[in-house]
Amino acid sequence: MWIYEKKLQYPVRVYKPDVRMAKYLITQYGGPDGELSAALRYLNQRYTMPTAMAKGLLTDIGTEELAHLEIIATMVYKLLKNASLEEIKQAGLGGHYAQHDRALFYTDANGVPWTAAYIQATGDPVTDLHEDMAAEQKARSTYEWLINLSDDPGVIDALRFLREREVVHYQRFGEALRNVYEFKESKRFY
Amino acid sequence: MDRRKAQMLEELQALQFAIVDLHLYLDTHPCDKRALEHYNALVCKMKEVKERYEQFYGPITPDQPSKFPWQWIEGPWPWEMIY
Ligand SMILES: [Fe+2]
Repeated sequence: MWIYEKKLQYPVRVYKPDVRMAKYLITQYGGPDGELSAALRYLNQRYTMPTAMAKGLLTDIGTEELAHLEIIATMVYKLLKNASLEEIKQAGLGGHYAQHDRALFYTDANGVPWTAAYIQATGDPVTDLHEDMAAEQKARSTYEWLINLSDDPGVIDALRFLREREVVHYQRFGEALRNVYEFKESKRFY
Repeated sequence: MDRRKAQMLEELQALQFAIVDLHLYLDTHPCDKRALEHYNALVCKMKEVKERYEQFYGPITPDQPSKFPWQWIEGPWPWEMIY
């Protein structure tokens, strides 16, 4: 089960509305390498992990990704909140407005809705952990491109925090992978 | 948001973040005794700060006693907070 904490993992400051940045940022909400994909991927793969370490790590990182999803949502919400219809149209979010007004929706930066096809669970822990490590790198790259696209020091600060977390997650997944290899080795000899 | 609330919340966020980070580290280094001791000390400190914050500003987790009327639904919600 899960318990909600009524606070963000990291304080989000947004200094000015910026519809264009919201349009780019939404990819970390509902895009292929976004936080929803990450959370659902890890929380779903954990059931078939062979070691206690991998089960625990996927549970904890999957849960942290939900906190990151909320950070992204908060940024998008704040960037869009007081935007005029004119600004929304100019930033290329007219289509989003037609379907969702200023509500959030799980899409990538081009409006393509989230799909479970973004994530995989092969049941092979070695393969799945490699996917997870690749996912962390893809998220890290995306955060770097998003940092390049922003000029708001508050948004950049939060994106840097999220980027750093991907680096840490990558490291931990690598350690869990080594643990799975060791487990497989030990089974071969007995 | 008033300054004292913002400061206390940031202190809590910093402590809880350190705990999350160490938590992941301990998942893959369960026999690192020093990290474990550091983790336990941070949890003690965090509980104090959380309790103090909740006394003044209402519950962070849904397992706290409430004043009247029901405090949980009091805003601002996390995405509405202005630091
Ligand atoms: Fe991550």
